[in-house]
Amino acid sequence: MSTVTEKLEGMDVWLYHGQIYIPNTYSAGAVGSKFLIELRDRKRIVGTRCPTCNRVYVPARSICKDCYSQLDEWVEVSNKGTLLTYTVCNQQNAIQPVEAPIVYGIIQLDGADTGFVHLLGEVDPEQLKVGMRVQAVFKKEREASILDIKYFKPLV
Amino acid sequence: MPNRVAIVGIGQTYHKSKRPDVSQPEMVAEAVRAALADAQLSIQDVEAVFSANMETFEAIYLPDHGMAAEVGAFGKPGFKVNTGGTTGGSVVAEGFYMVASGLFDIAMVIGFEKQDCGDTTAAITAAVTPIWGKGAATGAIGEFAKQALSYIETSGATEEHAAMIRLKADRNACRNPYAHLKLGLKSVDEILQSAYLVWPLRILDFCPQSCGACALIFASEQRAKKITKKPVWIADVEVVHQEPFRAGVFGDPTGKETYTQHVACERLYKRNGISNPRKDIDMAEIYEPSNWEEMNLYEHFHFCEKGEGWKLIEKGITEIEGEFPVNCSGGVIATNPIGATPVIRVAEAALQIRGDAGEHQAPKDIKTAIATALGGPNWTVLVLLKRSL
Repeated sequence: MSTVTEKLEGMDVWLYHGQIYIPNTYSAGAVGSKFLIELRDRKRIVGTRCPTCNRVYVPARSICKDCYSQLDEWVEVSNKGTLLTYTVCNQQNAIQPVEAPIVYGIIQLDGADTGFVHLLGEVDPEQLKVGMRVQAVFKKEREASILDIKYFKPLV
Repeated sequence: MPNRVAIVGIGQTYHKSKRPDVSQPEMVAEAVRAALADAQLSIQDVEAVFSANMETFEAIYLPDHGMAAEVGAFGKPGFKVNTGGTTGGSVVAEGFYMVASGLFDIAMVIGFEKQDCGDTTAAITAAVTPIWGKGAATGAIGEFAKQALSYIETSGATEEHAAMIRLKADRNACRNPYAHLKLGLKSVDEILQSAYLVWPLRILDFCPQSCGACALIFASEQRAKKITKKPVWIADVEVVHQEPFRAGVFGDPTGKETYTQHVACERLYKRNGISNPRKDIDMAEIYEPSNWEEMNLYEHFHFCEKGEGWKLIEKGITEIEGEFPVNCSGGVIATNPIGATPVIRVAEAALQIRGDAGEHQAPKDIKTAIATALGGPNWTVLVLLKRSL
Protein backbone atom coordinates (compact mmCIF):
# COMPACT_ATOMS: atom_id res chain seq x y z
CA MET A 1 0.00 0.00 0.00
CA SER A 2 1.46 3.31 -0.99
CA THR A 3 0.23 6.25 1.02
CA VAL A 4 0.86 9.94 1.13
CA THR A 5 0.38 11.59 4.48
CA GLU A 6 -0.84 15.09 5.03
CA LYS A 7 -1.23 17.45 7.94
CA LEU A 8 -4.62 19.06 7.43
CA GLU A 9 -4.32 22.84 7.21
CA GLY A 10 -5.75 24.59 10.24
CA MET A 11 -6.57 21.38 12.14
CA ASP A 12 -4.48 19.10 14.32
CA VAL A 13 -5.29 16.00 12.32
CA TRP A 14 -3.27 13.77 10.07
CA LEU A 15 -4.56 12.24 6.82
CA TYR A 16 -3.44 9.26 4.75
CA HIS A 17 -4.10 9.20 1.01
CA GLY A 18 -3.59 5.86 -0.71
CA GLN A 19 -4.63 3.42 -3.38
CA ILE A 20 -5.44 -0.21 -2.80
CA TYR A 21 -4.21 -2.80 -5.26
CA ILE A 22 -5.88 -6.22 -5.18
CA PRO A 23 -5.20 -8.60 -8.08
CA ASN A 24 -8.19 -10.61 -9.24
CA THR A 25 -9.32 -13.31 -11.65
CA TYR A 26 -12.96 -14.06 -12.28
CA SER A 27 -14.34 -17.20 -13.89
CA ALA A 28 -17.39 -16.66 -16.06
CA GLY A 29 -18.30 -20.22 -15.12
CA ALA A 30 -20.26 -22.76 -17.11
CA VAL A 31 -23.17 -20.61 -18.28
CA GLY A 32 -21.36 -17.28 -18.61
CA SER A 33 -18.54 -18.87 -20.61
CA LYS A 34 -20.94 -20.44 -23.10
CA PHE A 35 -22.67 -17.08 -23.57
CA LEU A 36 -19.35 -15.32 -24.20
CA ILE A 37 -17.99 -17.99 -26.54
CA GLU A 38 -21.16 -17.77 -28.65
CA LEU A 39 -20.60 -14.00 -28.89
CA ARG A 40 -16.97 -14.39 -29.88
CA ASP A 41 -17.19 -17.30 -32.31
CA ARG A 42 -20.64 -16.94 -33.86
CA LYS A 43 -21.78 -13.40 -33.10
CA ARG A 44 -24.83 -15.00 -31.52
CA ILE A 45 -26.65 -13.73 -28.45
CA VAL A 46 -27.93 -16.67 -26.46
CA GLY A 47 -30.06 -17.12 -23.39
CA THR A 48 -31.52 -19.88 -21.27
CA ARG A 49 -35.18 -20.79 -21.08
CA CYS A 50 -36.86 -21.80 -17.84
CA PRO A 51 -38.73 -25.08 -18.38
CA THR A 52 -41.26 -24.16 -15.67
CA CYS A 53 -42.06 -20.50 -16.29
CA ASN A 54 -40.95 -20.39 -19.94
CA ARG A 55 -39.02 -17.17 -19.25
CA VAL A 56 -35.96 -16.60 -21.48
CA TYR A 57 -33.02 -15.06 -19.61
CA VAL A 58 -30.55 -12.94 -21.60
CA PRO A 59 -27.74 -12.87 -20.62
CA ALA A 60 -28.05 -16.55 -19.79
CA ARG A 61 -28.45 -17.60 -16.17
CA SER A 62 -28.00 -21.05 -14.63
CA ILE A 63 -31.01 -20.86 -12.33
CA CYS A 64 -34.46 -19.24 -12.59
CA LYS A 65 -34.79 -16.64 -9.87
CA ASP A 66 -38.53 -17.24 -9.53
CA CYS A 67 -38.84 -21.02 -9.43
CA TYR A 68 -35.22 -22.18 -8.85
CA SER A 69 -35.31 -24.49 -11.90
CA GLN A 70 -31.95 -25.45 -13.36
CA LEU A 71 -31.78 -23.80 -16.78
CA ASP A 72 -30.29 -26.17 -19.35
CA GLU A 73 -32.17 -25.20 -22.50
CA TRP A 74 -30.20 -22.77 -24.64
CA VAL A 75 -31.96 -20.49 -27.09
CA GLU A 76 -30.62 -17.99 -29.56
CA VAL A 77 -32.38 -14.65 -29.46
CA SER A 78 -32.37 -11.93 -32.09
CA ASN A 79 -29.61 -9.32 -32.23
CA LYS A 80 -32.44 -6.81 -32.66
CA GLY A 81 -34.52 -5.45 -29.84
CA THR A 82 -36.43 -2.58 -28.27
CA LEU A 83 -34.92 0.15 -26.13
CA LEU A 84 -36.71 0.06 -22.76
CA THR A 85 -34.85 2.93 -21.10
CA TYR A 86 -31.57 4.79 -21.36
CA THR A 87 -29.26 7.33 -19.80
CA VAL A 88 -26.51 9.57 -21.13
CA CYS A 89 -23.23 10.03 -19.30
CA ASN A 90 -21.35 13.19 -20.19
CA GLN A 91 -18.41 12.88 -17.82
CA GLN A 92 -15.56 10.55 -18.69
CA ASN A 93 -14.25 8.08 -16.10
CA ALA A 94 -11.18 5.86 -16.44
CA ILE A 95 -13.18 2.64 -16.11
CA GLN A 96 -15.54 3.41 -18.99
CA PRO A 97 -14.73 1.72 -22.28
CA VAL A 98 -15.68 4.56 -24.66
CA GLU A 99 -15.50 8.32 -24.75
CA ALA A 100 -18.27 10.61 -23.53
CA PRO A 101 -21.04 11.18 -24.25
CA ILE A 102 -21.75 7.57 -23.35
CA VAL A 103 -25.25 6.23 -23.89
CA TYR A 104 -26.34 3.30 -21.75
CA GLY A 105 -29.53 1.46 -22.58
CA ILE A 106 -31.62 -1.44 -21.37
CA ILE A 107 -32.68 -3.42 -24.39
CA GLN A 108 -35.22 -6.20 -24.62
CA LEU A 109 -33.97 -8.42 -27.42
CA ASP A 110 -36.59 -10.10 -29.59
CA GLY A 111 -37.17 -13.53 -28.04
CA ALA A 112 -35.92 -12.54 -24.56
CA ASP A 113 -38.02 -11.82 -21.49
CA THR A 114 -35.37 -9.79 -19.69
CA GLY A 115 -33.66 -6.46 -20.16
CA PHE A 116 -30.07 -6.46 -21.45
CA VAL A 117 -27.79 -3.65 -20.29
CA HIS A 118 -25.38 -2.32 -22.89
CA LEU A 119 -24.05 0.71 -24.76
CA LEU A 120 -25.75 2.55 -27.61
CA GLY A 121 -23.79 3.98 -30.51
CA GLU A 122 -24.20 5.72 -33.87
CA VAL A 123 -26.92 7.73 -32.23
CA ASP A 124 -27.36 11.40 -31.41
CA PRO A 125 -28.44 11.50 -27.72
CA GLU A 126 -31.14 13.97 -28.80
CA GLN A 127 -32.66 11.29 -31.04
CA LEU A 128 -33.02 8.67 -28.27
CA LYS A 129 -36.53 7.47 -27.61
CA VAL A 130 -37.92 4.75 -25.39
CA GLY A 131 -39.39 2.10 -27.64
CA MET A 132 -36.97 2.69 -30.50
CA ARG A 133 -35.70 -0.38 -32.34
CA VAL A 134 -31.98 -1.15 -32.07
CA GLN A 135 -29.55 -3.74 -33.41
CA ALA A 136 -26.26 -5.14 -32.07
CA VAL A 137 -23.04 -4.11 -33.80
CA PHE A 138 -20.26 -6.65 -33.20
CA LYS A 139 -16.57 -5.84 -32.98
CA LYS A 140 -14.32 -7.27 -35.68
CA GLU A 141 -11.78 -8.53 -33.14
CA ARG A 142 -13.69 -10.40 -30.46
CA GLU A 143 -12.28 -11.79 -27.22
CA ALA A 144 -15.24 -13.43 -25.45
CA SER A 145 -16.19 -10.24 -23.64
CA ILE A 146 -19.57 -8.60 -23.18
CA LEU A 147 -17.93 -5.74 -25.13
CA ASP A 148 -17.63 -8.02 -28.19
CA ILE A 149 -20.91 -6.28 -28.83
CA LYS A 150 -19.53 -2.83 -29.63
CA TYR A 151 -22.91 -1.21 -29.03
CA PHE A 152 -26.51 -1.24 -30.18
CA LYS A 153 -27.38 1.18 -33.01
CA PRO A 154 -30.78 2.45 -34.02
CA LEU A 155 -32.50 0.44 -36.76
CA VAL A 156 -33.38 2.67 -39.66
CA MET B 1 -36.42 -18.47 26.48
CA PRO B 2 -35.54 -18.65 22.81
CA ASN B 3 -37.31 -21.20 20.63
CA ARG B 4 -35.44 -24.41 19.92
CA VAL B 5 -33.54 -24.54 16.64
CA ALA B 6 -32.33 -27.60 14.77
CA ILE B 7 -30.09 -28.19 11.79
CA VAL B 8 -32.21 -30.15 9.30
CA GLY B 9 -30.14 -29.84 6.12
CA ILE B 10 -26.39 -29.95 5.46
CA GLY B 11 -24.70 -29.37 2.11
CA GLN B 12 -21.20 -28.53 0.97
CA THR B 13 -19.21 -28.40 -2.24
CA TYR B 14 -15.96 -30.24 -2.68
CA HIS B 15 -13.04 -27.91 -2.04
CA LYS B 16 -10.15 -27.04 -4.35
CA SER B 17 -7.60 -24.30 -4.97
CA LYS B 18 -9.24 -23.34 -8.24
CA ARG B 19 -12.76 -23.78 -9.65
CA PRO B 20 -12.60 -22.22 -13.14
CA ASP B 21 -15.42 -24.54 -14.22
CA VAL B 22 -17.97 -22.50 -12.27
CA SER B 23 -18.68 -18.87 -11.53
CA GLN B 24 -18.97 -17.83 -7.91
CA PRO B 25 -22.81 -18.04 -7.97
CA GLU B 26 -22.73 -21.43 -9.68
CA MET B 27 -20.32 -22.78 -7.06
CA VAL B 28 -22.46 -21.57 -4.16
CA ALA B 29 -25.57 -23.09 -5.77
CA GLU B 30 -23.92 -26.53 -5.50
CA ALA B 31 -23.93 -26.28 -1.70
CA VAL B 32 -27.46 -24.89 -1.60
CA ARG B 33 -28.79 -27.75 -3.71
CA ALA B 34 -26.94 -30.29 -1.57
CA ALA B 35 -28.46 -28.84 1.63
CA LEU B 36 -31.97 -28.83 0.13
CA ALA B 37 -31.52 -32.44 -1.02
CA ASP B 38 -30.27 -33.45 2.43
CA ALA B 39 -33.33 -31.87 4.07
CA GLN B 40 -35.65 -33.05 1.30
CA LEU B 41 -37.01 -29.52 1.09
CA SER B 42 -37.58 -27.24 -1.87
CA ILE B 43 -36.25 -23.71 -1.97
CA GLN B 44 -39.85 -22.48 -1.62
CA ASP B 45 -39.87 -23.96 1.90
CA VAL B 46 -36.97 -21.72 2.94
CA GLU B 47 -38.27 -18.43 4.35
CA ALA B 48 -35.04 -16.48 4.67
CA VAL B 49 -31.49 -16.78 3.37
CA PHE B 50 -28.43 -15.44 5.18
CA SER B 51 -25.00 -15.53 3.60
CA ALA B 52 -21.39 -15.08 4.65
CA ASN B 53 -18.39 -14.07 2.59
CA MET B 54 -15.30 -11.89 2.92
CA GLU B 55 -15.98 -9.89 -0.18
CA THR B 56 -12.67 -8.07 -0.41
CA PHE B 57 -10.97 -11.45 -0.68
CA GLU B 58 -12.52 -12.01 -4.11
CA ALA B 59 -12.22 -8.41 -5.27
CA ILE B 60 -15.94 -8.40 -6.04
CA TYR B 61 -18.31 -5.79 -4.70
CA LEU B 62 -21.37 -7.29 -2.96
CA PRO B 63 -21.11 -10.80 -4.41
CA ASP B 64 -24.34 -11.85 -2.67
CA HIS B 65 -26.29 -9.47 -4.90
CA GLY B 66 -25.13 -11.28 -8.01
CA MET B 67 -26.22 -14.70 -6.78
CA ALA B 68 -29.71 -14.10 -5.40
CA ALA B 69 -31.17 -16.45 -8.02
CA GLU B 70 -28.53 -19.15 -7.61
CA VAL B 71 -28.83 -19.36 -3.83
CA GLY B 72 -32.62 -19.13 -3.77
CA ALA B 73 -32.62 -15.75 -2.01
CA PHE B 74 -34.66 -13.91 -4.63
CA GLY B 75 -37.70 -12.26 -3.06
CA LYS B 76 -36.75 -13.34 0.46
CA PRO B 77 -35.49 -11.62 3.59
CA GLY B 78 -31.88 -12.06 4.64
CA PHE B 79 -28.54 -10.36 4.23
CA LYS B 80 -24.84 -11.07 4.09
CA VAL B 81 -22.50 -10.82 7.07
CA ASN B 82 -18.80 -10.17 6.93
CA THR B 83 -16.74 -10.41 10.12
CA GLY B 84 -13.36 -11.74 8.96
CA GLY B 85 -12.41 -15.31 9.74
CA THR B 86 -15.50 -15.69 11.91
CA THR B 87 -17.78 -14.68 9.03
CA GLY B 88 -19.19 -18.20 8.72
CA GLY B 89 -19.65 -18.41 12.49
CA SER B 90 -21.46 -15.10 12.47
CA VAL B 91 -23.91 -16.34 9.84
CA VAL B 92 -24.62 -19.48 11.88
CA ALA B 93 -25.28 -17.22 14.89
CA GLU B 94 -27.45 -15.01 12.71
CA GLY B 95 -29.55 -17.91 11.41
CA PHE B 96 -29.87 -19.27 14.95
CA TYR B 97 -31.05 -15.89 16.30
CA MET B 98 -33.59 -15.58 13.50
CA VAL B 99 -35.20 -18.98 14.04
CA ALA B 100 -34.81 -18.87 17.85
CA SER B 101 -36.64 -15.54 17.86
CA GLY B 102 -39.65 -17.14 16.20
CA LEU B 103 -39.53 -14.76 13.24
CA PHE B 104 -38.77 -17.61 10.83
CA ASP B 105 -39.50 -21.34 10.92
CA ILE B 106 -37.04 -22.33 8.22
CA ALA B 107 -33.91 -20.37 7.36
CA MET B 108 -30.82 -21.16 5.35
CA VAL B 109 -27.31 -19.97 6.12
CA ILE B 110 -24.59 -20.10 3.49
CA GLY B 111 -20.86 -19.49 3.75
CA PHE B 112 -18.74 -19.20 0.63
CA GLU B 113 -15.37 -18.11 -0.66
CA LYS B 114 -13.94 -18.52 -4.14
CA GLN B 115 -10.33 -17.72 -3.48
CA ASP B 116 -9.24 -18.22 -7.07
CA CYS B 117 -10.97 -14.87 -7.78
CA GLY B 118 -8.79 -12.61 -5.70
CA ASP B 119 -5.81 -12.40 -3.40
CA THR B 120 -6.72 -12.83 0.25
CA THR B 121 -3.36 -11.79 1.63
CA ALA B 122 -3.31 -8.73 -0.63
CA ALA B 123 -6.74 -7.78 0.69
CA ILE B 124 -5.77 -8.28 4.33
CA THR B 125 -2.54 -6.35 4.00
CA ALA B 126 -3.69 -3.64 1.57
CA ALA B 127 -6.96 -2.74 3.21
CA VAL B 128 -5.59 -2.53 6.76
CA THR B 129 -6.06 0.68 8.72
CA PRO B 130 -3.03 2.84 7.88
CA ILE B 131 -3.02 4.54 11.26
CA TRP B 132 -1.61 1.60 13.25
CA GLY B 133 -1.10 -1.03 10.58
CA LYS B 134 0.86 0.87 7.97
CA GLY B 135 3.73 -1.28 6.82
CA ALA B 136 3.13 -3.79 9.63
CA ALA B 137 0.41 -6.02 8.17
CA THR B 138 1.78 -9.48 7.48
CA GLY B 139 -1.37 -11.34 6.57
CA ALA B 140 -2.39 -14.52 8.33
CA ILE B 141 0.93 -16.32 7.89
CA GLY B 142 2.85 -13.70 9.87
CA GLU B 143 0.21 -13.63 12.59
CA PHE B 144 0.34 -17.39 13.08
CA ALA B 145 4.14 -17.50 12.89
CA LYS B 146 4.12 -15.09 15.85
CA GLN B 147 1.56 -17.29 17.58
CA ALA B 148 3.67 -20.42 16.99
CA LEU B 149 6.73 -18.73 18.45
CA SER B 150 4.80 -17.54 21.51
CA TYR B 151 3.41 -21.03 21.94
CA ILE B 152 6.83 -22.66 21.78
CA GLU B 153 8.17 -20.17 24.31
CA THR B 154 5.35 -20.56 26.82
CA SER B 155 4.27 -24.21 26.54
CA GLY B 156 7.36 -26.25 25.88
CA ALA B 157 5.80 -27.78 22.74
CA THR B 158 8.19 -28.91 20.03
CA GLU B 159 8.00 -29.05 16.26
CA GLU B 160 7.36 -32.78 16.61
CA HIS B 161 4.09 -32.02 18.40
CA ALA B 162 3.03 -29.64 15.64
CA ALA B 163 3.87 -32.36 13.13
CA MET B 164 1.73 -34.89 15.03
CA ILE B 165 -1.22 -32.51 14.79
CA ARG B 166 -0.58 -32.10 11.05
CA LEU B 167 -0.42 -35.84 10.57
CA LYS B 168 -3.74 -36.29 12.41
CA ALA B 169 -5.35 -33.63 10.21
CA ASP B 170 -4.15 -35.26 7.01
CA ARG B 171 -5.21 -38.76 8.03
CA ASN B 172 -8.70 -37.40 8.73
CA ALA B 173 -8.81 -35.27 5.56
CA CYS B 174 -7.92 -38.31 3.47
CA ARG B 175 -11.10 -39.96 4.80
CA ASN B 176 -13.28 -36.90 4.08
CA PRO B 177 -14.61 -36.78 0.50
CA TYR B 178 -15.04 -32.99 0.66
CA ALA B 179 -11.59 -32.08 2.05
CA HIS B 180 -9.19 -30.02 -0.06
CA LEU B 181 -5.64 -31.09 0.81
CA LYS B 182 -5.31 -34.86 1.03
CA LEU B 183 -1.57 -35.34 1.11
CA GLY B 184 -1.23 -38.93 2.25
CA LEU B 185 1.39 -37.89 4.82
CA LYS B 186 3.08 -40.91 6.36
CA SER B 187 5.21 -39.67 9.22
CA VAL B 188 6.21 -36.86 11.55
CA ASP B 189 9.65 -36.85 9.88
CA GLU B 190 8.08 -36.19 6.49
CA ILE B 191 6.34 -33.11 7.89
CA LEU B 192 9.52 -31.90 9.58
CA GLN B 193 11.17 -31.82 6.17
CA SER B 194 8.60 -29.35 4.86
CA ALA B 195 10.18 -25.94 4.12
CA TYR B 196 9.58 -22.98 6.39
CA LEU B 197 7.13 -20.36 5.16
CA VAL B 198 8.30 -18.13 7.99
CA TRP B 199 10.06 -19.81 10.90
CA PRO B 200 8.74 -21.60 12.87
CA LEU B 201 5.77 -22.06 10.51
CA ARG B 202 6.31 -24.63 7.77
CA ILE B 203 4.34 -24.89 4.52
CA LEU B 204 2.64 -27.98 5.94
CA ASP B 205 1.88 -26.09 9.15
CA PHE B 206 -0.55 -23.73 7.45
CA CYS B 207 -3.97 -23.89 5.80
CA PRO B 208 -4.48 -23.71 2.03
CA GLN B 209 -6.58 -21.19 0.10
CA SER B 210 -9.69 -23.07 -0.95
CA CYS B 211 -12.72 -22.46 -3.10
CA GLY B 212 -15.93 -23.81 -1.67
CA ALA B 213 -19.29 -23.26 -0.04
CA CYS B 214 -21.35 -24.79 2.73
CA ALA B 215 -25.07 -24.36 3.41
CA LEU B 216 -27.13 -25.31 6.44
CA ILE B 217 -30.89 -25.30 6.85
CA PHE B 218 -32.23 -24.41 10.30
CA ALA B 219 -35.77 -25.17 11.45
CA SER B 220 -37.91 -24.45 14.45
CA GLU B 221 -38.69 -27.37 16.77
CA GLN B 222 -42.14 -28.05 15.37
CA ARG B 223 -40.98 -28.03 11.75
CA ALA B 224 -37.70 -29.82 12.42
CA LYS B 225 -39.41 -32.90 13.79
CA LYS B 226 -41.53 -33.16 10.64
CA ILE B 227 -38.59 -32.63 8.29
CA THR B 228 -36.10 -35.14 9.66
CA LYS B 229 -35.71 -38.06 12.02
CA LYS B 230 -32.23 -36.82 12.86
CA PRO B 231 -32.41 -33.14 13.79
CA VAL B 232 -29.22 -31.76 15.30
CA TRP B 233 -30.11 -29.20 17.95
CA ILE B 234 -28.24 -25.95 18.29
CA ALA B 235 -28.11 -25.96 22.08
CA ASP B 236 -26.34 -22.61 22.35
CA VAL B 237 -24.28 -20.02 20.50
CA GLU B 238 -21.78 -17.55 21.91
CA VAL B 239 -20.05 -14.71 20.08
CA VAL B 240 -17.21 -12.64 21.51
CA HIS B 241 -15.54 -9.88 19.54
CA GLN B 242 -12.69 -7.56 20.37
CA GLU B 243 -10.22 -5.16 18.78
CA PRO B 244 -6.67 -6.16 17.97
CA PHE B 245 -4.19 -6.01 20.81
CA ARG B 246 -0.62 -5.05 20.21
CA ALA B 247 1.11 -7.87 22.03
CA GLY B 248 0.25 -10.44 19.38
CA VAL B 249 -3.25 -11.36 18.44
CA PHE B 250 -3.21 -15.14 18.66
CA GLY B 251 -0.44 -15.56 21.19
CA ASP B 252 0.20 -13.13 24.00
CA PRO B 253 3.77 -12.88 25.30
CA THR B 254 2.75 -10.25 27.87
CA GLY B 255 0.43 -12.71 29.58
CA LYS B 256 -1.89 -9.83 30.37
CA GLU B 257 -4.46 -10.00 27.59
CA THR B 258 -7.98 -11.35 27.80
CA TYR B 259 -8.65 -14.00 25.19
CA THR B 260 -12.06 -14.03 23.58
CA GLN B 261 -12.02 -17.83 23.80
CA HIS B 262 -11.92 -17.63 27.59
CA VAL B 263 -14.80 -15.17 27.72
CA ALA B 264 -16.85 -17.22 25.26
CA CYS B 265 -16.20 -20.52 27.03
CA GLU B 266 -16.95 -19.11 30.45
CA ARG B 267 -20.37 -17.98 29.29
CA LEU B 268 -21.26 -20.98 27.13
CA TYR B 269 -20.00 -23.63 29.54
CA LYS B 270 -21.73 -22.00 32.49
CA ARG B 271 -25.07 -21.71 30.70
CA ASN B 272 -24.93 -25.35 29.65
CA GLY B 273 -23.62 -26.91 32.85
CA ILE B 274 -20.30 -27.88 31.32
CA SER B 275 -17.70 -28.23 34.04
CA ASN B 276 -15.29 -30.56 32.27
CA PRO B 277 -15.54 -29.88 28.54
CA ARG B 278 -13.57 -33.00 27.57
CA LYS B 279 -16.09 -35.18 29.42
CA ASP B 280 -19.25 -33.16 28.91
CA ILE B 281 -18.65 -32.67 25.17
CA ASP B 282 -17.88 -35.64 22.89
CA MET B 283 -15.88 -34.00 20.09
CA ALA B 284 -14.87 -30.64 18.65
CA GLU B 285 -14.56 -29.09 15.20
CA ILE B 286 -12.31 -26.11 15.75
CA TYR B 287 -11.07 -23.34 13.46
CA GLU B 288 -7.30 -23.92 13.42
CA PRO B 289 -5.51 -22.11 10.60
CA SER B 290 -2.32 -23.85 11.75
CA ASN B 291 -1.37 -26.92 13.77
CA TRP B 292 0.35 -24.66 16.32
CA GLU B 293 -2.87 -22.74 16.86
CA GLU B 294 -4.74 -26.02 17.33
CA MET B 295 -2.63 -26.82 20.41
CA ASN B 296 -3.13 -23.26 21.66
CA LEU B 297 -6.90 -23.59 21.22
CA TYR B 298 -7.02 -26.86 23.18
CA GLU B 299 -5.86 -24.79 26.12
CA HIS B 300 -8.08 -21.77 25.45
CA PHE B 301 -11.18 -23.97 25.21
CA HIS B 302 -10.15 -25.74 28.45
CA PHE B 303 -9.81 -29.15 26.82
CA CYS B 304 -6.65 -29.32 28.99
CA GLU B 305 -4.66 -27.22 31.41
CA LYS B 306 -2.61 -24.25 30.26
CA GLY B 307 0.66 -25.23 28.63
CA GLU B 308 -0.49 -28.79 28.06
CA GLY B 309 -2.15 -28.63 24.65
CA TRP B 310 0.66 -30.61 23.06
CA LYS B 311 0.16 -33.44 25.55
CA LEU B 312 -3.28 -34.15 24.07
CA ILE B 313 -1.80 -35.04 20.71
CA GLU B 314 1.16 -36.82 22.29
CA LYS B 315 -1.31 -39.12 24.05
CA GLY B 316 -3.53 -39.48 20.97
CA ILE B 317 -6.51 -38.03 22.83
CA THR B 318 -7.64 -35.82 19.93
CA GLU B 319 -7.18 -38.45 17.19
CA ILE B 320 -10.37 -39.65 15.49
CA GLU B 321 -10.22 -42.86 17.55
CA GLY B 322 -9.22 -40.94 20.68
CA GLU B 323 -11.05 -40.06 23.84
CA PHE B 324 -11.88 -36.55 22.56
CA PRO B 325 -11.64 -36.32 18.75
CA VAL B 326 -10.84 -32.89 17.31
CA ASN B 327 -11.44 -32.11 13.65
CA CYS B 328 -12.43 -35.51 12.29
CA SER B 329 -12.99 -33.64 9.00
CA GLY B 330 -9.31 -32.80 8.61
CA GLY B 331 -9.98 -29.27 9.78
CA VAL B 332 -9.02 -25.89 8.44
CA ILE B 333 -5.40 -26.83 7.84
CA ALA B 334 -6.74 -29.15 5.10
CA THR B 335 -9.60 -26.99 3.81
CA ASN B 336 -10.09 -23.24 4.12
CA PRO B 337 -12.73 -21.51 1.97
CA ILE B 338 -12.77 -18.66 4.49
CA GLY B 339 -16.42 -17.52 4.56
CA ALA B 340 -17.50 -21.17 4.46
CA THR B 341 -14.92 -22.49 6.93
CA PRO B 342 -16.82 -21.99 10.21
CA VAL B 343 -20.05 -23.18 8.57
CA ILE B 344 -18.19 -26.37 7.64
CA ARG B 345 -17.11 -26.77 11.28
CA VAL B 346 -20.78 -26.73 12.31
CA ALA B 347 -21.76 -28.98 9.39
CA GLU B 348 -19.07 -31.53 10.20
CA ALA B 349 -19.90 -31.52 13.92
CA ALA B 350 -23.57 -32.03 13.03
CA LEU B 351 -22.70 -34.94 10.72
CA GLN B 352 -20.82 -36.57 13.59
CA ILE B 353 -23.89 -36.25 15.83
CA ARG B 354 -26.12 -37.68 13.10
CA GLY B 355 -23.65 -40.51 12.55
CA ASP B 356 -23.53 -39.53 8.88
CA ALA B 357 -19.86 -38.59 8.51
CA GLY B 358 -19.03 -41.78 6.64
CA GLU B 359 -15.38 -42.75 6.62
CA HIS B 360 -14.40 -39.92 8.94
CA GLN B 361 -17.09 -40.75 11.53
CA ALA B 362 -15.54 -40.98 14.99
CA PRO B 363 -15.91 -44.50 16.43
CA LYS B 364 -17.28 -43.18 19.73
CA ASP B 365 -20.93 -42.14 19.97
CA ILE B 366 -21.09 -38.37 19.49
CA LYS B 367 -24.07 -36.88 21.29
CA THR B 368 -22.69 -33.42 21.98
CA ALA B 369 -20.20 -31.46 19.89
CA ILE B 370 -18.73 -27.99 19.82
CA ALA B 371 -17.87 -26.05 16.67
CA THR B 372 -15.74 -22.93 16.82
CA ALA B 373 -14.76 -20.01 14.65
CA LEU B 374 -11.75 -17.74 14.87
CA GLY B 375 -10.68 -14.73 12.88
CA GLY B 376 -9.77 -11.10 12.55
CA PRO B 377 -8.20 -9.88 15.77
CA ASN B 378 -8.94 -13.24 17.40
CA TRP B 379 -12.71 -13.09 17.53
CA THR B 380 -14.53 -16.20 18.70
CA VAL B 381 -17.81 -17.87 17.87
CA LEU B 382 -18.85 -21.07 19.66
CA VAL B 383 -21.73 -23.32 18.60
CA LEU B 384 -22.84 -26.13 20.90
CA LEU B 385 -24.70 -28.96 19.16
CA LYS B 386 -26.67 -31.84 20.67
CA ARG B 387 -28.52 -34.91 19.49
CA SER B 388 -31.24 -34.30 22.05
CA LEU B 389 -32.08 -31.33 24.22
